[in-house]
Amino acid sequence: MAPVDAAMIHDITGPLAIRTFLEMGGERVFDPARVVMLFDHQVPADSIPAAENQAIMRRFAAEQGILNYDLREGVCHQVVLEKGRAAPGEIVIGSDSHTCMYGAVGAFATGVGSTDMGFALRFGALYFRVPETVRATVTGAFPERVGPKDLILSIIGDIGADGATYRAVEFCGEAVSSMGMAGRMTLCNMAIEMGAKAGIVPPDETTWDYVRARRPDIEPFPLASDPGADLADSRTYDVGEFEPQVAVPHNVDNVVPVSRVAGTHVDQVFIGSCTNGRYEDLAEAASVLGDGQFSDRVRVIVIPASRDEYLKALRAGLIERFVEAGALVEAPCCGPCMGGAFGLIAPGEVSLSTSNRNFRGRQGSAEGLVYLASAATAAASAVRGEITDPREV
Amino acid sequence: MTEQIERESGGIRTVEVPRSAASPRVWKFGDDIDTDAIIPGRFLTINDPAELARHAFEGTRDEFAQSVLPGDVVVGGRNFGMGSSREHAPLALKGAGIRYIVAESFARIFYRNAINIGLLPLTTPSTDGFADGAEIAVDPSGGRVTVDGKEFPVEPVPEFLQRIADAGGLIEYARIVGEVETCSTTSR
Repeated sequence: MAPVDAAMIHDITGPLAIRTFLEMGGERVFDPARVVMLFDHQVPADSIPAAENQAIMRRFAAEQGILNYDLREGVCHQVVLEKGRAAPGEIVIGSDSHTCMYGAVGAFATGVGSTDMGFALRFGALYFRVPETVRATVTGAFPERVGPKDLILSIIGDIGADGATYRAVEFCGEAVSSMGMAGRMTLCNMAIEMGAKAGIVPPDETTWDYVRARRPDIEPFPLASDPGADLADSRTYDVGEFEPQVAVPHNVDNVVPVSRVAGTHVDQVFIGSCTNGRYEDLAEAASVLGDGQFSDRVRVIVIPASRDEYLKALRAGLIERFVEAGALVEAPCCGPCMGGAFGLIAPGEVSLSTSNRNFRGRQGSAEGLVYLASAATAAASAVRGEITDPREV
Repeated sequence: MTEQIERESGGIRTVEVPRSAASPRVWKFGDDIDTDAIIPGRFLTINDPAELARHAFEGTRDEFAQSVLPGDVVVGGRNFGMGSSREHAPLALKGAGIRYIVAESFARIFYRNAINIGLLPLTTPSTDGFADGAEIAVDPSGGRVTVDGKEFPVEPVPEFLQRIADAGGLIEYARIVGEVETCSTTSR
């Protein structure tokens, strides 16, 4: 059993976690200051059961003295990092599979189910198997309109949907160390899509600047990748020759260069999610859009990942640009990636999404098709009404 | 199978009754069965296993919820349960009366979740010989499953997880242990 430094619960998996906590005889959570609560999957509540689940959680937070960000702040993983609730060397769990995103700040972070979470809320600890490590060394400089999403899709396509099961994936090399925090979050976020327990980027100055801005009490300490580590697998990638990548239905590891699927008609484009809903993604999308308009044939849904990211985009004029171009801009939440709240697709429809999963039925009908790509590719495709190489717009 | 039963009101009617637990059958699935397939996102406001079971595999294999019987065994290929951490997925199977899931490999979070709620995920080198609808008998302590009379080996779950499984799940385990000892972490 290892102690956990922070535990995150949201509106979908939280009610079950609270129930298991109580069934385990839990009375007070191990440390209310280490519990992060927020609602992002079905906000504002889209049904009476969703409202009831959120009400259960609000009551629990009040009883336990837990700071509940409620529906105000945005998508859970973005908020955990923004609020400094994960830091280098910490062990953080969340009852959501994309919790592995906090590896972007050098934390060991992993997604767990509700019963694991109930146990952690009760005891402040959880059982873990120490994962083996897969190292992805990335060299080169990204060409224009190619970025972290294209890289992680390539890596997933290479390693496979279960190629890193139970392992930690370490991202290193010059293309990673020169990447800002937003890109590192995109990489670590999708480690789970190859089965990984965690993704991690070794902390450097970029990491510490981000963390210290939120946790000034933490003194930076050395925490580096071990060059002599006994690795389960090691892969190298050179992004210098990369082209934009697309994951095609119905698995995240079905990855092809955009040229292979260019021209595919799209009905809906979603730019957002914990994977690609940050200011940097929205700025990239706006840059591709330029002064143009989104196609009338496409429903374009833009959702900033958090209130902070929303404000940054708003102040930079990006939101106005998206609205002018014909997009729906929604308040921070999981949106269509949740596949239940709104933005569902009909049988036979095609969604192109910057989110992280294209499983059958993920965004509505099991007869629909979901493609995954970067914000740049999504914006270009929304302009043309078909999957489009962003370098051509 | 039908059988005449006496209603509480005293009348007699003919109803469908479950096959006996002695004849569980295989529900065969392929590789990379994801948690969105097991329980789609739109049902995640449901927390009751029996109600979740009514929507298991909805949209991808509707006949599962319609005709699964308690004691049946879900069989998958590689990477069963990939994707979301939603415990609603194994809970939906548990609500349908599933006790064992046999696959060539499991996704990590699903595997833990299954153990934690008292299901037993068992791995076997290949499920190629497991025909959909075949009769199956699972003998975890004997390390084997029998499918249409033919035996296949299953690997035991790790010892620590077996203790949780033996307790009936992590909730029951937590009640037994009361306190937990933690290892020290050296990060700070």
